[in-house]
Amino acid sequence: MSTAKKILAKGYLWLLLFFMYAPIVIIAIFSFTEAKVLGNWTGFSMKLYQNLFSGSVGGSLLKAVENTLSIGLLSAFFSTLLGSVAAVGIYNLKGRSRQAVTFLNNIPMLNPDIITGIALFLLFVAVGITQGYVTVVLAHVSFCTPYVVLSVMPKLRQMAPNTYEAALDLGATPGQALRKVIFPQIRPGVVSGFILAFTLSIDDFAVTLFTKGNQGLETLSTYIYADARKGGLTPELRPLMTVVFLVVLVLLLIINRRSANNNKK
Amino acid sequence: MKPIKRSAWALPYTVFLVLFVALPLVMVLIYAFTGRGGGVSLENFVRFFHSPEDLHTFVYSIEIALITTVLCLLLGYPAAWIMSNSNLNRSSVTVMLFILPMWINMLIRTLATVALFDFLRAPLGEATLIFGMVYNFLPFMIYPIYNTLNKMDKSYAEAAQDLGATPIKVFTKVTVPLSMPGIWSGILMVFMPTISTFAVAELLTMNKIKLFGTTIQENINSGMWNYGAALALIMLAIIGITTLFSDSEQSSEVETGGLI
Amino acid sequence: MVASEKHILDLQNVSKRYDGKTILDNINLYIREGEFVTLLGPSGCGNTTTLRLIAGFIQPDDGKILLEGEDIAGIPPYQRPLNTVFQRYALFPHLDVYDNIAFGLKLQKTPTDEIDRRVRKVLKMVAMTDYEDRDVDSLSGGQQQRVAIARALVNEPKVLLLDEPLSALDRKMREDMQIELKEMHQKLGITFIYVTHDQEEALTLSDTIVVMNEGRIQQIGTPTEIYNEPVNCFVADFIGESNILDGTFIKNGLVEFIGHEFECVDKGFGRRAPVDVVVRPEDVYIRRSQSGTQFSGTVRTCTFKGVHNEIFVDTDEGYEMMIQDYNAFEPGERVHMLIKPEDIQVMRKECTSNVLSGTVRDAETVRILGGDFPVANSFEVGSEVKVEVPFDGIELMDNLDDGVISGEVHSILYKGNHYHLTVRTEDGDSLYVDTNDIWDKGDLVGVKFIGQGIKLSKAEDETD
Repeated sequence: MSTAKKILAKGYLWLLLFFMYAPIVIIAIFSFTEAKVLGNWTGFSMKLYQNLFSGSVGGSLLKAVENTLSIGLLSAFFSTLLGSVAAVGIYNLKGRSRQAVTFLNNIPMLNPDIITGIALFLLFVAVGITQGYVTVVLAHVSFCTPYVVLSVMPKLRQMAPNTYEAALDLGATPGQALRKVIFPQIRPGVVSGFILAFTLSIDDFAVTLFTKGNQGLETLSTYIYADARKGGLTPELRPLMTVVFLVVLVLLLIINRRSANNNKK
Repeated sequence: MKPIKRSAWALPYTVFLVLFVALPLVMVLIYAFTGRGGGVSLENFVRFFHSPEDLHTFVYSIEIALITTVLCLLLGYPAAWIMSNSNLNRSSVTVMLFILPMWINMLIRTLATVALFDFLRAPLGEATLIFGMVYNFLPFMIYPIYNTLNKMDKSYAEAAQDLGATPIKVFTKVTVPLSMPGIWSGILMVFMPTISTFAVAELLTMNKIKLFGTTIQENINSGMWNYGAALALIMLAIIGITTLFSDSEQSSEVETGGLI
Repeated sequence: MVASEKHILDLQNVSKRYDGKTILDNINLYIREGEFVTLLGPSGCGNTTTLRLIAGFIQPDDGKILLEGEDIAGIPPYQRPLNTVFQRYALFPHLDVYDNIAFGLKLQKTPTDEIDRRVRKVLKMVAMTDYEDRDVDSLSGGQQQRVAIARALVNEPKVLLLDEPLSALDRKMREDMQIELKEMHQKLGITFIYVTHDQEEALTLSDTIVVMNEGRIQQIGTPTEIYNEPVNCFVADFIGESNILDGTFIKNGLVEFIGHEFECVDKGFGRRAPVDVVVRPEDVYIRRSQSGTQFSGTVRTCTFKGVHNEIFVDTDEGYEMMIQDYNAFEPGERVHMLIKPEDIQVMRKECTSNVLSGTVRDAETVRILGGDFPVANSFEVGSEVKVEVPFDGIELMDNLDDGVISGEVHSILYKGNHYHLTVRTEDGDSLYVDTNDIWDKGDLVGVKFIGQGIKLSKAEDETD
C-alpha cells in the first residue's frame, strides 16, 4: 500500500473508533460533574460517585451490584464444574451421541437472549417454581456452560494423543490419570471458561429480566433498565457506567493476555 | 469390574441440557399452540395475523434489522479488511479496541449512545434508533470478518496476482468470496440481536418506536403467555431462516466471541 | 540375548471389531520371554490394535490374552506389568523430564531416594543425564523419544510395548535410534513388542517378525525366513523389492513362468498347478554374454542406487523384470539372465478366479454383489448360482455409472506384464482383477464383466 492509502486506511479505522467510543468517553467525562443535564459542565465534582454509595440511590444500587457479583460467581462456579466435566465426556463421545450433545450445547449460544429468557420463564411458570435468585442462577448456568465447554474443548484436543492411556500404562488409576495428567493440561481452558462465564453472567440482561421473578430481585442490568425507563438518564448512572466499563476492560485484558500467552505456547 | 467410561462424564450435563435448554423450548412450543380454552389450537397465530399493529411492528422490525445489518456490513468490511492487512496481531491495541465493546453490557452502551444524542441535542426517533443500533452491533460485524480475513492464506491473493489479476480483481474475485463465511457470521451476529432486541430500542427512542421484541416482552409481562410464546416462535422462525442461509458450522465457530 | 522357550505372552483366537468392522480376525500368536517381536504391516493392518489389546486399553471381543500363562482379561492397564512407548510419546507437558520418568514410581509410593536412583539410572541408559529439569516441550524429537523410553523402562516392565516409536524422527536419527534400541534390548533382556509399518526397521531390529494385513497374520518368522521365503504375494511385495509373477508348477522341482521353465527346490504344489512365483531382484543374474543363461531381454532403464544399479529389463517374451547388479548397463543393450533354483520362491495362489454367489433374475441377468450383471444362463428364475469370474474377465471403468456396481482400488500388485488389483466393493466384498491399465490405489471405479470365461453352476445347498 502507498503511504497516502495507508493514512486513509488508518484514518478510517480511527474515525470509526472515535465514533464508537465517543458516547462512553462523554459519559466518563460528565461523571465528574454534578449537572443534572448531560452536556452542562458545572465544575469538577465527585458528588455523583459519592451518591452511588449513599442515600436513596446508594442502598438499592449497592444491593444490585452485590446480587450481580454473587450471581456471577455462583453461575461461573457451577458452569465451570458442569462444563469441564462435560467437555471431557463429550471429547470421548463418538458419532451420533456426540453430535446430539454438541447440538444441544450450541442452542444456548445461538438462541437470542429474549427467547432463552422466555423459554425458561415458561418452564418455571409451568412447573410452578417461584422465580428468584435460584432461577436466575440456573438460567445463567444454562447459557454460560456452553462457553465453558467450548473453552475447555480445545485444550483437550491439544493434548497429545494417548496421554490418558500413557498415565494408565504407568500405573495411574482412571481417577489419578484425570487428576494428575488431564486436569493440569486443561486448567488454562477451565480458568478461561470461569472468567468467561463470570463476564457473561454479569453482562446479562434479558435472561435475568424474565427469570428474576417479582420478589424485588435486581441485578445491575435490570436496575439500570428500570431506572432508565422511569426517568431517562439519572445522573448517578454516569459514574456507574464508567465503573462498569473499567471493570469489563480489566476482565477482558486478563482474558486476552491469557489467550495470547497460551497461543505462544 | 469395569471402570466408568469417560464418555459417561457427559451425562450430567446432557441431563441439564435436556432440562434447561431443550425442555424450555418445548414449553414455548406448547404454550404457543395452546388456545385460550386449553387444547391444541392455532388461534395465537391467527390472532397475530389479524392484528395490524403487531404485524406492522413485525415488518418494521425486520426492516430496521436489515438496514442495520447492511450499514454494519458496509462500514465494517473495510475496517476488517484494513486491520487484516496491517500486520496487527490478535492482541494488538486496535483489534482489542474493536472487540472490547462486544463485551460491555448492551444496555450501558445504549444508554451511552442516548447520552451522546442528548449531548448533541438530537431528537430521539428513527434516525437515532438506526444510528444507535449500528453503534451497538458494528463490532459483531467487524470481528468475524476480520477473523476470516486474518486467517486467510495470503498466498491466495499472491496466486491471483501472479495469474494476472489487478488489485481490484484480487479483492472482488478472491478476497471477498473467500471471506464469505465471515460475512455470513457477521450478518447473523448483527441481524439476530437486532431483530430480537427490545430494551435497546426502548431506550434509544424513549418508547417512541416499538420493535417486535418489545411486543413479545409486553405480552409476556401482562400475562398473555400463549400469545407471547407464539410471537417468540415466529421470531425464532425468522432467525432459523437466517441461519439456514449461512452454514451452521461457520456461525457456531464465530459465536464463541472469538476471544478464547 | 537369546530368547528362552518360555512363553511370556499368548494370544489365543483374539478378534476385535469396531462398528461391525473386523479389525483383528482370529489372531493366534505366542511371544517368548526376552524376544524382540515386531508386528509389521501397512496402516490399518491391526498391529497397533494388537498392541493396545496387550496393554489393556481395549478389550478383545473374542479370544484370550495370557501373560505368563494367566488370562489378563480383567486386569486394567494400570495393573499390568507392561509399559508402552507411544507413537507421539505422550509425554506429560506439565511435568519436567524427571517428573515424567518418576510418574509411575511416585504412584507406587516408591521411596524418594529409590526413585532418584532409578530415574538417574534410566536417564544414563538413554544418554539424557543432564536433562532432568528440562521442560519436555523444549526437547528435540529424538530427546523426547529417549525420555518416553526411559519413562517406560524405569518401571521395569516384563514386556515393553513400542508403538511406531521412531516414526516421527528423521531418517538419520531413526537409524541411530534403531541401533540403540537393539543394544538396549540385548542389555536389558526384557521382551520387546514393536509395532511398525517400516519393513527395513523390522528386518533390522527383530528376532521374530509377525507380518499382518487386514487384521490377519500373514506370516511369522525370522527376518531371513520372511525375506527369503515369503508365503504369499502380500508378504513378498511388502518386504523388500521383488518380482512377483504368475507361474505354473509343472512338477516337483520344475516351475514355469515368464514363458520359460525353471528348476526350483519347491515340492508338493501338485501337477500343472497355478502358482505365484517370487524372485528377488538381487537374485537375477544379468550377463552380456548368452552362455549359460536362461532367458534374454533388452535393458529399458538403469539407475544408480548407491551400492548397486537398479535395472529394468524387458524380456523377449514381454515381461518386465527388476534386477539389481553391481554393473551398469546401457538402455537398449541386449542382456541375458539366469535364476538359480534356490532363489525361486514358489507360493500357492490364494485363489485363481473370483468365486461369487448370485441370484438368477431372468435368462439374461444374474444379481451378484448387489448389481444386475448381464449373464446369459439357463437356470430357473430366482435360483441361487455359483459364479466364477476369471481375473481377466472384469473390466474397470473411470466413470462409475458405466459399471454395474462400483468399487475402490484397494491394492495393486505388478505381475511383470500386467497388474493384479484388489477392488473393494461398496459392501466390502473383494474382487480380483487382472488388467493392463494403470490405476492408483484409492481410485473409484465402475465394475462390469467382459463376458467371456464366466462359469455358472448350481449353488451347493449345504455351503451356507
